[in-house]
Amino acid sequence: MTDMTSAPVPQKDDGNLFHKLELDMRLLGMIGALFILCIGFNWFTDGRFLTPRNIFNLTIQTVSVAIMACGMVFVIVNRHIDLSVGALLATTSAVMAMMQTQILPNSFGLGLGHPLIWVLAILSGLLVGTLIGAFQGWMIGYLTIPAFIVTLGGFLVWRNVAWYLTSGQTIGPLDQTFLTFGGTNGTLGTSWSWVVAVIASIGAVWAMWSSRRSKAGHGFPVKPVWAELTLHGIIVASIFGFIAVLNAYLIPERRLERMFEARGEVMPEGLTVGYGLPISVLILILVALVLSVVAKRTRFGRYIFATGGNPDAAELSGINTRLLTVKIFALMGFLCALSAVIASARLSNHTNDIGTLDELRVIAAAVIGGTALAGGFGTIYGALIGALIMQSLQSGMAMVGVDAPFQNIVVGAVLVLAVLIDIIYRKRVGAK
Amino acid sequence: MAEHSNAPLVEMKNISISFGGIKAVDDVSVDLRPGEVVGLLGHNGAGKSTLIKVLSGAYAKDAGEIFINGNKVDIKSPRDARANNIETIYQTLALADNLDAAQNLFLGRELMTPFGLVDDSAMEAECRKIMGRLNPNFQKFNEPVSALSGGQRQSVAIARAVYFNARILIMDEPTAALGPHETQMVADLILQLKAQGIGIFLIDHDVHSVMELCDRASVMKNGKMVGTVKIADVTDDDLLSMIILGKNPMEKEDV
Ligand SMILES: Nc1ncnc2c1ncn2[C@@H]1O[C@H](COP(=O)(O)OP(=O)(O)OP(=O)(O)O)[C@@H](O)[C@H]1O
Ligand SMILES: [Mg+2]
Repeated sequence: MTDMTSAPVPQKDDGNLFHKLELDMRLLGMIGALFILCIGFNWFTDGRFLTPRNIFNLTIQTVSVAIMACGMVFVIVNRHIDLSVGALLATTSAVMAMMQTQILPNSFGLGLGHPLIWVLAILSGLLVGTLIGAFQGWMIGYLTIPAFIVTLGGFLVWRNVAWYLTSGQTIGPLDQTFLTFGGTNGTLGTSWSWVVAVIASIGAVWAMWSSRRSKAGHGFPVKPVWAELTLHGIIVASIFGFIAVLNAYLIPERRLERMFEARGEVMPEGLTVGYGLPISVLILILVALVLSVVAKRTRFGRYIFATGGNPDAAELSGINTRLLTVKIFALMGFLCALSAVIASARLSNHTNDIGTLDELRVIAAAVIGGTALAGGFGTIYGALIGALIMQSLQSGMAMVGVDAPFQNIVVGAVLVLAVLIDIIYRKRVGAK
Repeated sequence: MAEHSNAPLVEMKNISISFGGIKAVDDVSVDLRPGEVVGLLGHNGAGKSTLIKVLSGAYAKDAGEIFINGNKVDIKSPRDARANNIETIYQTLALADNLDAAQNLFLGRELMTPFGLVDDSAMEAECRKIMGRLNPNFQKFNEPVSALSGGQRQSVAIARAVYFNARILIMDEPTAALGPHETQMVADLILQLKAQGIGIFLIDHDVHSVMELCDRASVMKNGKMVGTVKIADVTDDDLLSMIILGKNPMEKEDV
């Protein structure tokens, strides 16, 4: 109340270009790191890293970890941790594989390829994942067992429940429609991908304008129009650039021939078809969008952040922090099951070691993306970029021919380094 | 709820609560009437905060009863207290450091858009209005409250308690971090709220300001109630000796 900030005019012209654009320095830093990484690998691999083919593969390999990393942001922001996500992915994957190859065809008499099979299999997986997550959340919230312990136990329990359910066998082949969630086997094709790009661009621009209108409506400062338009330009260009790259990856000629044969047609001479946006990536984008809105614009999200910032204050404000914990872990379980759909569909089978070490990748992605383990801070887009950085590192090193042990050594070192940089950054901008 | 016209706004009867064998509050009774300011005094650890936390729903009492307007109420959580129009400024302020002033002001009671999303712009606008009344110098609306000074944080906590039209206001050392000018503003605010018929429990170590602002004062020592006195009947020294010696100078009535 004393001599606080005196500036009476809420006008935003700190002169700095970044300030005018209101770009988040941390976001720029992460994108910069990813950029340097890609350029570097591209140079070392004589241009093989930044090809449409490799970028396509990178994105579909990232999806499963990225989806779980979005949920992990909420868990960590709320001052918890989930070490069981990889094991939970395995259990839900096992459930869905058993459903579609054995239970539904044998016990319910649905013929192979019956359209209900993939629907019911996925629904049961999502249900099981959500229930297991909620159960773990209940133990953490209501029985007050630390999340570290509950999910460390869950790590062992669910990994081995999956093993028990499948007797350790690889289960497959999975339902044909189910496989379209895996990536290569299910893409939108070029035309629909452009449609998505248009819709996404319109949506992004509309969202930014309506936020601006709402601010201006209350007489709050808004950034200059040129800055707003520049941002729109950058975002629309990124969206179309991304889709253009995915469209540029052509379906191999042999594969195309087989696809035509399967339909009893003959492939026209010289035909080329691009893959376009994989359905799995589209799902990831939708999950990230929805969860970003949840984080910023819903009570649920607000309470997660408030509780992470000060659990006592949240409690005293009438927030039911125990139930909140249950909901967060239920959401995490749901996302593990969704990742299980994509991971098992990508492999075409349920394998006994599916999701192994994913918990570490997921936590690393969230943390590299700027989620503070002390709670209270984290963003969904950060986790996405974190997951991309992890995956780029891993496949980049494999392409360059780095020995397997060194790959993991580097990934581990990068994780620690990323957190150090984050700590230094936070100190610089004033402990926020 | 039936309004018993002569019943106190709040009546806390024979409240007890202990933490692992230590009786933090031992058979204490206080009451509060509309438009009245009751001071709670006592040395550090006397049990003042614990007593009011029973009323605000932060702690569950071990024994005792609470009446509001003569009706027995069961306050089991901060939500119950808010439902009874009880607002609290906690000694610890209870702010989420990572959220900004408006988000803290409305925490648990967010303004929503018609689409069911939280309306941050509307909340910021309301926050600017009330802060303009309480602390016109305040400008840090877009920063997390961790970036605020102790006094600025305190004014956010005060704004939160005042904004929602409380009928019962609990202030646990509301001016502890404030400068002299801001302390005076809070004093003016208390008188203004009192004139509106709001009942206020004021915890304050400054006997002087208690003498100035309160109608009655209740003094606690070691979890027990020493006594409740009318401010008009006592001097600063009487209050001080009650706090230090734990004896009621009036040496009559009272628990
Ligand atoms: N959550 C708790 N757990 C254990 N003991 C507690 C707890 N809260 C308070 N106490 C104890 O209860 C007693 C009363 O504490 P209280 O905070 O009510 O004192 P106070 O009168 O508000 O003191 P102050 O003037 O320092 O704020 C103290 O002995 C304290 O140690
Ligand atoms: Mg106290």
